[in-house]
Amino acid sequence: MAVALEIVSPEKLLLSRPVDMVVIPASEGDIGVLEGHSPMIVMLRGGTIDLYEADKVIDRLFVSSGFAEITPERCTVLANQALPLDEVKKAEAEKLLAEAEAAYEAADKKDPAVEEEAMDRVQSARAMVEVAS
Amino acid sequence: MPSLKALRTRINSVKSTQKITSAMKMVAASKLRRAQQQAEAARPYAERMDRMLRALAASVTDSPTAPPLLVGTGKDQTHLLIPVTADRGLAGAFNSNIGRATRNLARRLEAEGKTVKILTVGRKGRDYLRRELASRLVGEVSFAGKRKLEFTDAADIAARVTAMLAAGEIDVATIVYNRFQSVISQIVTEQQIIPAPPPPEGETVDLGGAVYEFEPDEETILARLLPQALGIQVYRALLESSAGEHGARMTAMDNATRNAGDMIKRLSLNYNRARQANITKELIEIISGAEAV
Repeated sequence: MAVALEIVSPEKLLLSRPVDMVVIPASEGDIGVLEGHSPMIVMLRGGTIDLYEADKVIDRLFVSSGFAEITPERCTVLANQALPLDEVKKAEAEKLLAEAEAAYEAADKKDPAVEEEAMDRVQSARAMVEVAS
Repeated sequence: MPSLKALRTRINSVKSTQKITSAMKMVAASKLRRAQQQAEAARPYAERMDRMLRALAASVTDSPTAPPLLVGTGKDQTHLLIPVTADRGLAGAFNSNIGRATRNLARRLEAEGKTVKILTVGRKGRDYLRRELASRLVGEVSFAGKRKLEFTDAADIAARVTAMLAAGEIDVATIVYNRFQSVISQIVTEQQIIPAPPPPEGETVDLGGAVYEFEPDEETILARLLPQALGIQVYRALLESSAGEHGARMTAMDNATRNAGDMIKRLSLNYNRARQANITKELIEIISGAEAV
């Protein structure tokens, strides 16, 4: 009764282990993945990934954005950036948020795709500030 | 016959060159190991990205609104070439191989009546192509002084290419880089990145009999995934090229060190012969002087 969870960033494979359940921050709400989940490909928003074992959270990681592929046996998270929660620094997160907000202000609002992307960056940075200790 | 002093200076100079080349070889060897590890570490992401992309592409390619990153602009008039070279030389034919391949490719495309634009990555490629094809250069990227390649570097290049595509400036993009095969062999590879190359023949997407659900919809995910996938392809090319560069430099410096050793041997032989000849000459002078008395 386990899901093979993998978290990879472009630079390396960050984590690969079986867990009982994993909760990932999908773009339209959190998704809890248990074994036998129907196949899905989802986009992630900024938020935390919670790893559960025996009904307890054993690990939490922050992801800025990315994608996830879910099949009945495994859950693969392609994260642009992933950090253990205690490594998320408040000052850094706030700096990122300020940058993202500036980028949003400067973004071309006529192009919905561009605007949406800038918006996502702001939201991801906000989520990062929230979880920062 | 050069004088003894001249020979001595010569030997010393070759010796210090040898010290430099052998040090460079060591440095290249350790950098090569790191570059290889980095390339290795980047592989899982690329593989998974590829799998996801194929699952998506299979469900979208037929629709008329398929994004140009995937299916191209429908033309192949303007080609963008992206030669990836090192920022430093002294790596054997590493950089000039890329330069030559790019030049040949550009000539071939132009002979077919296509327009060629070139975006160089790395200083050596820029210098080489500025001499040969200056009018086609549209931009340059260089990582000189950077200690470690990061994904964001590749993503920046990908963003530039995507912007050019969106502005209708290019139709096809090809990246030319040295693929690392072994320390002594790097293979010049031309890889088309836009439109995305079709999956190899006979290889079908294995969905395990199930169809994926998408959240949000396919188009939105694809619109985000494609630039990312492009970045990954560029990133892989950069990493391969960086491993190749260090491998090529290691081989080149190994040869140079050996050549310097041979040269020192030859010069020392000459030096000793000259020294002995001098001693013999002096002895003869003394003896014939004594006999004359």
